[in-house]
Amino acid sequence: MPDIKVTPLGAGQDVGRSCILVSIGGKNIMLDCGMHMGYNDDRRFPDFSYITQNGRLTDYLDCVIISHFHLDHCGALPYMSEMVGYDGPIYMTHPTKAICPILLEDFRKITVDKKGETNFFTSQMIKDCMKKVVPLNLHQTVQVDDELEIKAYYAGHVLGAAMVQIKVGSESVVYTGDYNMTPDRHLGAAWIDKCRPDILITESTYATTIRDSKRCRERDFLKKVHESIERGGKVLIPVFALGRAQELCILLETFWERMNLKAPIYFSTGLTEKANHYYKLFITWTNQKIRKTFVQRNMFEFKHIKAFDRSYADNPGPMVVFATPGMLHAGQSLQIFKKWAGNEKNMVIMPGYCVQGTVGHKILNGQKKLEMEGRATISLRLIDGVCASVIILEVKLQVEYMSFSAHADAKGIMQLIRMAEPHNILLVHGEAKKMAFLKDKIEQEFNISCYMPANGETTTVTTNPSVPVDISLNLLKREMALGGPLPDPKRPRTMHGTLIMKDNSLRLVSPEQALKELGLSEHQLRFTCRVHLQDPHSDTDTLSRIYSHLKSVLKGYAVQHLPDSTVMVESIVLKVSSSAEEPDLKVVLLSWCFQDEELGSFLSTLLKKGLPSAL
Amino acid sequence: MAAHLKKRVYEEFSKVVQQLPHEEVPAKKLRLTKPSKSAALHIDLCKATNATDALQYLLNFARKPVEAESVEGVVRILLEHYYKEVDNSVRLKIASLLGLLSKTAGFSPDCIVDDVISTLNNDKSKQVLAQLLDTLLVIGTQLPENIAVTQRLIDVACKHLNSTFFGVRNKCLQLLGCLGTVDKPLTKESETGPSASATPPRDVPSLISDYFSDQDPRVRTAAIKAMLQLHERGMKLQQTVYNQACKLLSDDYEQVRSAAVQMVWPFLMAFIVPIPSSNEEIRLVDDSFGKICHMVSDGSWVVRVQAAKLLGSMQQVSPHFLEQTLDKKLMSDLRRKRTAHERAKELYTSGEFSSGRRWADDAPKEKVDTSGVNLIDSGACGAFVHGLEDEMYEVRIAAVEALCSLAQASPSFAEKCLDFLVDMFNDEIEEVRLQSIHALRQISTNITLREDQLDTVLAVLEDSSRDIREALHELLCYANVSTKECIQLALLELLKNLTKYPTDRNSVWKCLKFLGARHPTLVLPIVPELLSTHPYFDTPEPDMDDPAYIAVLVLVFNAAKSCPTMPALFSDHTFRHYAYLRDSLSHLVPQLRLPGRKQVAGTSSETSGVGAGSLESAQHFLQESLARVSTLQNLDSPGAQELLHFTIRDLQRLGELQTDLAGSADFCATYLHCQLLLMKALQEKLWNMAVPLCLKQNAMASTAAQQILEETYKLEFLYSGLESRQVATIHNVRLQAKALQLILIARTKRGVEPLLALCEKFLQEVEAFQRLFITELPHFQDSFVEKLLELMPRLVACKPLDLVKILQTTLRQSRFIHLKLPEQIHRALATIIEPTGESDNPLRFTSGLVVALDIDATLEHVQEPQTVVKVQVLYPDGQSHIIHPKPGDFRTPGPGRVRLITQVYLSHSAWTEPCQIEVRLLLAYSSSSSKLAAPKPAWNESMEGLPTSENLIEGTINLSKPVKVFIMPKPARR
Repeated sequence: MPDIKVTPLGAGQDVGRSCILVSIGGKNIMLDCGMHMGYNDDRRFPDFSYITQNGRLTDYLDCVIISHFHLDHCGALPYMSEMVGYDGPIYMTHPTKAICPILLEDFRKITVDKKGETNFFTSQMIKDCMKKVVPLNLHQTVQVDDELEIKAYYAGHVLGAAMVQIKVGSESVVYTGDYNMTPDRHLGAAWIDKCRPDILITESTYATTIRDSKRCRERDFLKKVHESIERGGKVLIPVFALGRAQELCILLETFWERMNLKAPIYFSTGLTEKANHYYKLFITWTNQKIRKTFVQRNMFEFKHIKAFDRSYADNPGPMVVFATPGMLHAGQSLQIFKKWAGNEKNMVIMPGYCVQGTVGHKILNGQKKLEMEGRATISLRLIDGVCASVIILEVKLQVEYMSFSAHADAKGIMQLIRMAEPHNILLVHGEAKKMAFLKDKIEQEFNISCYMPANGETTTVTTNPSVPVDISLNLLKREMALGGPLPDPKRPRTMHGTLIMKDNSLRLVSPEQALKELGLSEHQLRFTCRVHLQDPHSDTDTLSRIYSHLKSVLKGYAVQHLPDSTVMVESIVLKVSSSAEEPDLKVVLLSWCFQDEELGSFLSTLLKKGLPSAL
Repeated sequence: MAAHLKKRVYEEFSKVVQQLPHEEVPAKKLRLTKPSKSAALHIDLCKATNATDALQYLLNFARKPVEAESVEGVVRILLEHYYKEVDNSVRLKIASLLGLLSKTAGFSPDCIVDDVISTLNNDKSKQVLAQLLDTLLVIGTQLPENIAVTQRLIDVACKHLNSTFFGVRNKCLQLLGCLGTVDKPLTKESETGPSASATPPRDVPSLISDYFSDQDPRVRTAAIKAMLQLHERGMKLQQTVYNQACKLLSDDYEQVRSAAVQMVWPFLMAFIVPIPSSNEEIRLVDDSFGKICHMVSDGSWVVRVQAAKLLGSMQQVSPHFLEQTLDKKLMSDLRRKRTAHERAKELYTSGEFSSGRRWADDAPKEKVDTSGVNLIDSGACGAFVHGLEDEMYEVRIAAVEALCSLAQASPSFAEKCLDFLVDMFNDEIEEVRLQSIHALRQISTNITLREDQLDTVLAVLEDSSRDIREALHELLCYANVSTKECIQLALLELLKNLTKYPTDRNSVWKCLKFLGARHPTLVLPIVPELLSTHPYFDTPEPDMDDPAYIAVLVLVFNAAKSCPTMPALFSDHTFRHYAYLRDSLSHLVPQLRLPGRKQVAGTSSETSGVGAGSLESAQHFLQESLARVSTLQNLDSPGAQELLHFTIRDLQRLGELQTDLAGSADFCATYLHCQLLLMKALQEKLWNMAVPLCLKQNAMASTAAQQILEETYKLEFLYSGLESRQVATIHNVRLQAKALQLILIARTKRGVEPLLALCEKFLQEVEAFQRLFITELPHFQDSFVEKLLELMPRLVACKPLDLVKILQTTLRQSRFIHLKLPEQIHRALATIIEPTGESDNPLRFTSGLVVALDIDATLEHVQEPQTVVKVQVLYPDGQSHIIHPKPGDFRTPGPGRVRLITQVYLSHSAWTEPCQIEVRLLLAYSSSSSKLAAPKPAWNESMEGLPTSENLIEGTINLSKPVKVFIMPKPARR
């Protein structure tokens, strides 16, 4: 039996560095190629040596598909393509292709310029890598090669996020990437048709959560921000540069306009302006409201939101700042956090998921004292004999967690499963414990098998693909004419035909045509059979008696009495002879060809019963 | 070269020759179609050489109606051509024409059933077959009584059910759905084939349900629809059908799912009554309800809209189940979590109002039992939560509507869904916000708003959209609030709104009026604060013109109406302001019983005495006066004029006093006024005078006639609620007026020529009257019209001058028709709120360019305002423009009330001085739009061919008082 193999190199029972290998129908596909936020060493990137120890990956992979532009889904791409070596096609949607290099460049800057790492990919490598990208449109079927085809579906989550269906023959796999089943202020909800894939590889970040209506969340968020501003506090909202940030911007922008607030809203880093530009361009990827109103006013042209400058952080008075990165592990958001953490009037709102090991994760768990590396030395400690400067940061500001993360919750995941109706499910991108719960639920509710492989663990799913066969029109029409006019979909039907397997194609044709095509001559197969009859009449009389008997029994058939003292029933020949010794014992010779087997055997049994005396 | 030229000439010449007959054909045809359609059609079809031409003829033919008498002939000709025709498209068109023709009123299509069925058996083309079946469907629906035909049609349908073409199967199912009966098994089924002979005779539903699993989604949809049709016709559906329908809910095609959702619904209704002995049927209700809830999260938004709408119609579902639709069963990390709504409520009940400061107040509580959590099959769980946050606003609107109708039926559910509706006020799409505000208004009688909820509601007052704000004001008029803080909050926000958007003044005041009247006890404790009075110190007197201060006063005075202790808290100037406001804004400030103040006897007795009893007495009075008038037998009787005078005066006064009867009283008064005018005109001396001498008096009589005519139009079109009898009475008066005019013209004009045409027209009108009001004629004994109709044969024959003489005598002898009042008559009314006409600052604009003038008006009791209401702008130089407002400018805030908010574009060449223009609303009417106009022919694909009736009268009636606007077009600067 053919099977599909799935091996997560990252994101198996884990969040971060999504990278999943799929081999289906003899094709190898890599889904996503991300990096891990929690690590700064080799564990940051997926372990490509799993694919091959040395040499390039091109020979082993047919294509790479990137679901969206978040770094945990595309961060390792230049490393893989340029440093490990891959020259095949990389597929991503248009918005992803536009925004991805900006984020990669930003990531590179932070790692190389700030942290001073070497042996990292360069700007040129990012550029070279992007040259290998083939853009995808929604619902467009792209032929990677003759057999492998992929198709993208809308996934919500962030601008340009896509779910991909990978199909070889009748086997298919759907990879969801990250998706969101509830629409938000700037994006719609994920949607897929009933494609019934063999495996659905779905993320499961919120496997054990059912979220409240987004309206309550929005109202809560606005209320919290508003109250803090009225107290004169500063609000820090760490965000990924793109995605949630835009939604929150739209939310705050409209709120500011409605409530006529004056406090400034800042958005950090220059890359945002570039990214916002793309948001304005890819209007078709946004939600109904923005699509309908962009002619009057493009919602991404903000009036109240200004660019942030580092010096603003020390300004007095209330303000709202969006800063990257989202998990407070580095960069501007961490700097601002350090500045504001001491004042209890201030507030930090964590709008998304935080990976273990990041500052965000720590403060969300209620840690009130943080150890930080920093230049300003407050207390010195000796660690392993090395003098490191460490500050202890007191966290006084309010920490709020607003689940604005645009992942599907448990109900949403179930909804997607119901939409796609897969045969098997594979969970990735989530914590093992939570996955186990969801796995149980899925198996219980849908009664289909569910897998949750760890990194490097291979899941094999046997499939039962249907083999398509071309049937010749003539044969089909002939069959149609035989049986009723309508094919009954409930019952299978048998038919005669010849299966020709030639040049990798299967065809079902009528036997005559098959013979003609293959240049073979037909072998006639005739059966002959003698039936002994007790009949006192002469040979010719017996024959005519048989003739009239058959004529009366076989109403719908052509029964002929030929002059050369034979009777033909269709193509079956009957002859009567008798030996001189026993004139009463007539020997009826029956001869029929293979095709008339049924009629022939019927006739022989009929004759064996003898002729009715009435004749 | 010459040869070439010659050739060209010939070519052109020959072309012309060819075209000649072609161009003649349509002209001829037009002439022919009038007398006999069938003949013309026959000629056309015979002439047609190819299929395209024939099709063209048929298309033209279909545009014009066919009289009932000639349908039969036309049908025969069509069938004749049908048999001859080889082209499929032409046959298809003929088949469709047959269907159209059999719809003609007065034609009984049973004579063509045989023909159609026989053609059905012979035709090969599948499209044509489908069309023929459609024709049969039309015929079948025309003949619901004819059981033999119905049975035959059902047999035909069964026979063609196994066609390979989906269209044929569709139509067959449609036929079965429309005509099939449950009780009669299909006995003739066995004829269809030997294979079916083994199966026992089957009934229609089971036959249809076979096609639930057809391979073509279109056929599946048709099968479901046919089944629904059966249900609508009163057949009871079987349980098995329900199970099949449920399976179709997960069909691959959205149209099938959408139809299946509708299919599940009747079961909900059918088995709604729980039977104590068998809980099977109760489970079925729950089951189907759960199924529909499930469909709210379907993949296709069309299905979602459908499902959300259906949810609104499930009022009988048990409350326990209903409430689940609002509960999503939240959890976080496998621990049960409360929704934000629950938390808010808890906070509120625990006495602490502001939220968000407490650390982790949304922290998950108890651990959820893992096995107990159903993620998907929890049925109704959270259906509305999903529907309300759907991606498509169509679904959200449907969900809001459904919530609203469910909440109206159940107060406890209303309480529960309040939070969700309030949340919808923050939706990103204005329509949804507006819809949810309206929904909340509709259910607000059932609920009391909490302070935190009110806070969210009031935040919307800052919305920049006027519609939203006004809807919210409307909502606040009906809302119940729980505490005095709520009142304070509401007032504060409304005042804020007033300063931000001064145009909302009227609406805000009105809103406060109701707010005060509803919550007198809540207003009482905050009165000193509101009026800023102090126990010891005098406070400065507030500015009386300040809209905010007026707003506060409106609130206080309305609360004081049912709270007699409140006036004690007023300071002196408050009383003065009261007197002023009572006078200037009497609709907002009620009559108060103030201590130490004498009430003005006259007005108070009238207004305070107006109660339920007075309405009856007024009604009685109205009837009395009418009865009194009805004693008048003849227009000539002495004292009649005085009686009419007084009655008219009485009725007018009554209308002013009793607003409920204003329509009826006005109507009667106007009618009597017409009679009075007529009476006066007839009693003029001029009738005895010689013709040349009476020119001067003539003027009086002719103006009277003119006035009566105008009044009759007003009577007919301005009042709603008239029955055909009243309309006939009005028409009678109008005829009298016209007769009067005719007589006057006859007396003044020389020569017979002009008179002849006028007489002709008059007679036509009399005939039209007879046509329209034939049923009403018995009530018109001895009336002008009746007499005329009696004399009709003579009138038609005689000369104009004789006719005039006859008219004159009948006019004098005819009896006065008494008015019988229908239940309710309303007079159409319009008031222009904006512009107010008070501004002294002219609207300046550059001449030749356009300036937009905002118009805001309320209309009452106007039917179809979108088509009849116009805006007239009258410039000082006598130019007048009539502007048709867009249909979208009309809003309907309540039943019978329409609000027109529109912009009128003005432009003019330069003036030297600012000058006033007049703006008013007009009601356009035309006699063809009269409610009793001849019924339109049934077969009207397009009406262009019909001649419009000759006596079509179009005009306008003033609907509102004119408002003056100062404008100043300045010359353009060069």
